[in-house]
Amino acid sequence: MAEKKIGEVILDVKNISLSFGGVKALTDISFNVREHEIRAIIGPNGAGKSSMLNCINGVYQPQQGEITFRGQHFKHMNSRQVAEMGVARTFQNLALFKGMSVLDNIMTGRNLHMKSNLFLQALRWGPAEREETAQREKVERIIDFLEIQAYRKTPVGRLPYGLQKRVDLGRALAMEPQVLLLDEPMAGMNVEEKQDMCRFILDVNDEFGTTIVLIEHDMGVVMDISDRVVVLDYGKKIGDGAPDEVRQNEDVIRAYLGTSH
Amino acid sequence: MATTAAAQTFPQLLLEHAARRPDAPALREKEYGIWQTLSWAQLAALVRELAHGLADAGLSRGQHLVVVGENRPRLYAAMLAAQSLGAIPVPLYQDAVAAEFAYPLNNAEVAFAVVEDQEQVDKLLEIREQCPRLGHIWFDDARGLRNYRETGLASLDELRERGLRHAQQHQGFFEAQVQAGRPEDVAAMFFTSGTTGNPKGVVHTHATLIDRARAGMRFDKLSEREEVLAYLPPAWIGQNIFSYAQWLACGYVVNCPESASTVSIDMKEIGPTYYFAPPRVFEGLLTSVMIRMEDAGAFKRWLFGRCMTLARRVGPALMDGQAVGALDRFKYALGNVLIYGPLRNTLGLSRVRVAYTAGEAIGPDLFSFYRSIGINLKQLYGSTETAVFVCLQPDHEAKADTVGVPIEGVEIKLADNGEILVRSPGLLKGYYKNEAATAEVLTADGWYHTGDAGFIDAGGHLKIIDRAKDVGRLRGGVFDGAMFAPKYVENKLKFFSHIKEAVAFGDQRDRVCAFINIDFEAVGNWAERRNLPYAGYTDLAGKPEVYELIRDCVEKVNADLAQDERLAGSQITRFLVLHKELDADDGELTRTRKVRRGAIAEKYGVLIEALYAGRSSQFIETAVKFEDGRTGSVSADLKIVDVRVFPAVKRAA
Repeated sequence: MAEKKIGEVILDVKNISLSFGGVKALTDISFNVREHEIRAIIGPNGAGKSSMLNCINGVYQPQQGEITFRGQHFKHMNSRQVAEMGVARTFQNLALFKGMSVLDNIMTGRNLHMKSNLFLQALRWGPAEREETAQREKVERIIDFLEIQAYRKTPVGRLPYGLQKRVDLGRALAMEPQVLLLDEPMAGMNVEEKQDMCRFILDVNDEFGTTIVLIEHDMGVVMDISDRVVVLDYGKKIGDGAPDEVRQNEDVIRAYLGTSH
Repeated sequence: MATTAAAQTFPQLLLEHAARRPDAPALREKEYGIWQTLSWAQLAALVRELAHGLADAGLSRGQHLVVVGENRPRLYAAMLAAQSLGAIPVPLYQDAVAAEFAYPLNNAEVAFAVVEDQEQVDKLLEIREQCPRLGHIWFDDARGLRNYRETGLASLDELRERGLRHAQQHQGFFEAQVQAGRPEDVAAMFFTSGTTGNPKGVVHTHATLIDRARAGMRFDKLSEREEVLAYLPPAWIGQNIFSYAQWLACGYVVNCPESASTVSIDMKEIGPTYYFAPPRVFEGLLTSVMIRMEDAGAFKRWLFGRCMTLARRVGPALMDGQAVGALDRFKYALGNVLIYGPLRNTLGLSRVRVAYTAGEAIGPDLFSFYRSIGINLKQLYGSTETAVFVCLQPDHEAKADTVGVPIEGVEIKLADNGEILVRSPGLLKGYYKNEAATAEVLTADGWYHTGDAGFIDAGGHLKIIDRAKDVGRLRGGVFDGAMFAPKYVENKLKFFSHIKEAVAFGDQRDRVCAFINIDFEAVGNWAERRNLPYAGYTDLAGKPEVYELIRDCVEKVNADLAQDERLAGSQITRFLVLHKELDADDGELTRTRKVRRGAIAEKYGVLIEALYAGRSSQFIETAVKFEDGRTGSVSADLKIVDVRVFPAVKRAA
C-alpha cells in the first residue's frame, strides 16, 4: 500500500488549561493535528482525555490557552458553531435516539446541511422534499460504507452494542466533517467488533481524507492505527510523537505500568 | 417467449435480447436502498465496452478470465465480455482463502482476473508470487483501493474507458467476435471443491449449458417474466444455471441482493417467482418462523396450530391436484387468508411458482411443510458435471424421497453395482488438463458415472440412496443378496426429531442392525412432559420408555422401506440406543458431523457382536474425552431390542 499524504497543521491546541473549581483537569496542554492524519490521545483513567475533546468540541471553555482551527481562533464558540466549522464527534456513552431507526438517526447528522425551514420540512413539501431526497442519498452512501444495510429500518435500541457504535460513527460522518473526534470508539467491544471498527476508522481516513482525533484506552489498537499519539496523565502531557517513540518513553511506561517504590 | 435457435452462444443470446426488447429489465441490483435496473440494451453496451477493454489488454480466444465475487451485475457483464471474445470465464468461490486460488490460477494459466472488491484484490495480490502469469486485476468496488499502486491493478471503470477508446479504433470488432462464437466452444469452467486432492476444472461448452438451461425452461414453462434472486456463490454451477444460463436462455430478470446480510429483506421486496435453495436454507427459514410463533400470543398460537394441522392434512393433496372435499377446501381457503398467505409473504415466497431444493436429503416434514402452505417446492438431481438438470420433479408429483423424472434429452441406466449412469447433451466436455480423471467418469460411448447409487421407482422417479461406494450387500438370511444402503436408512432415522445419529450395519451380514443416538434435547423435553425422571444422558438413553419411543420410529422406517422391494432388505431387525453421544472429539464423527463407520465398528465391536448374536443386553465401558482434554469413562448395560420387520410390497407390474 502506498504512503498516504499528511498535510499542514489543521488544528492547533496551545497552552490549554481547564479547571473545575479547585480541580485541575488540564494543565498547559499543547499539541497539533495535521490534515489527513489519525491522531490519538491516550492516558489512564481520569487523565483528562475526554475533557480535552470537549474543549476542542466547544462543550467546555478552557480558562487559558487557545485553539486554532484552519487559522481561525475559537475561544468563545459553542458546540454548534464548532460543528458548522466542520468538526464532528461521537460519544463514549452512546447518545443515539434509541427509538428511531438507523436511517433516521443518521439523517439527524445531515441537519446542519438542511437549508429549508422547519415549517416546510414538517410538511415535506416543495424544496424541502427535494432537499430530503438529496440528503437521503448522502445517508445511503454512509449506510453502504458502514455495511449496515440490513438494519436500515431497525430501531437503534434493538441493535447490539457494536452496531450502535457504528451508527454513532455514521451520524458523525453524515456531517461530512473535516475533523472527526472519536471518544473511545472501541470501549466495551469484543475483539472482532474492535477489528471491524479499526477497519472503518482507517477506511474513513482513507476514503474521505477525514482527519481523525481519537481517544482510546486500548494501547494495542491505538499503536496500530494512529500516525501520532499524545499521552496525558493527571491533566499533563507526558508524551507526544509516533507510536514507536511513545512506546519507548519512560514517563509513558511509568504512567501505564506503574513504578516500584 | 424464449429466444430463437439462431443464437447459440451466451453473447449471441444477449445481443438478441438487446435487439428484440432493449428496454426490458435484465438485471437489478439494490444499491443505496433503491433497486437499480439495468436494461438489456444497457447491459449489451456495458458488455461491449468491457469486451473491447479486455481485448485491448490482451485477452484472446481460449484464454481464461478468473471472476471472483458475490453476484454483481458488472461481474456478470465481465463473464459475458470474456465469452464474447471466445475467452473462458472461471468463477471461483469468493469465500475461499487466498491459498486456495493458487491451484486453479496456475492450472488454467490465468493472466486476467475481474474481482469484486478490496478483499478479493488483497487475496490475489497475496498469491501473485506463486502465480506469476497473473498480470491484470480489475475490481468493481474501489473502496479502500485508492492508494494501491500495484502494477496491472485497475478499476472496471478504467477498463470501460479503455474499451471505449479501443472501440473507436476498431469498429465492428465486438460484433464480429460475437458472431465468430460457436456452440461447441468452451463457455465456462467450474472448479469442483474436491474433498481430497486438487480441485478439478469442469469444462462446459455453450451447447451443453444452453441445452440444459432450455430443457429446464421447457420442463417448468419458464418465461421472460420470471424474477430470480441471485444469492448463492456464482462459482457454484447451480447459481450459474439459475442466474446466468437460464437467465440468458429465458430472458428473465436476475436480482442481486444488497449484501449477504440483507438477503431475506431483499427477497421479500422482490418476491421471486423461480427460486432455488439447499435444504438447510429452507430449514433456517422454518426455524425462524417457529421461533417467532413461540413468542406470539396464545390466540395466535392456537390459530397457527389449527391451521397447520389442516394444512398438513389437506395442503399436499391440493398441491398434487388430488380430489379434496368441499368442506376441507373451504377451510383451507380460510386458512390461506388467515395464515398461509401472510406466512408465504413473510418468507418472501408469495409469488413463487417453482421452487427447487437439491444437494442433500430433505426431511419429509420440512418438505411437506412448504408444500402444505401452498409453495410449489420440488426436488431436482444433477451435478456440476451434468450442467445440473438431469432429473426434475413434475408439478404434481413432488415427493420427499425421490429426485424426479429424467427430463428431455436424459438417458439413465444403472451399473451392476447400482451406480447411476447418465447420458445427456449437457455432460461436461472433460476435466481441464486431467484426462485420467475424465476417463474415469466419462465412458467412450458417452455415459457419465455419477458415483451415486439409486434406482428408478415404480412411479418412474429416480431415487438416490447413497454414494455408490458405500452401498453393500446382504449375505444369507431372508433377504440374501439384497442391496444395503446405510446412509439411506440412517437419514430416514435421523429425520425423526428424537434421533440425532444412527449407524446401520449389514454389509456382508444376514440382516441389518443399528446403533441409535437419541437427541438429548428433544427426548429430554419429551421425558419432562411425561414426568419421566432421569439423571443424565446415559440414564435417559437406557429408559424402557425411550426404547419404546425409538422402536416406534424404527418401525415406521421399516414400514416405509418395505414399500420398495429393493430396499425391503435394509429394514432394521434389531437396535440398541448408545449410552453416549457420538462425538468428533472421540473420533466417531468427522468435523462435518458425518459418521465414521469404520472407527465406530472397531470401537464398539462387542456391541455389534451382541446385536448379531441375539443377546438381549451387553455391558460396555467406553473412554471419553472431555472438552478440557481430560479423559474419563462411561459404562452401561445396554439393552438390545428386536423390531417388527414387514414383508416387501411387490411392485404391481
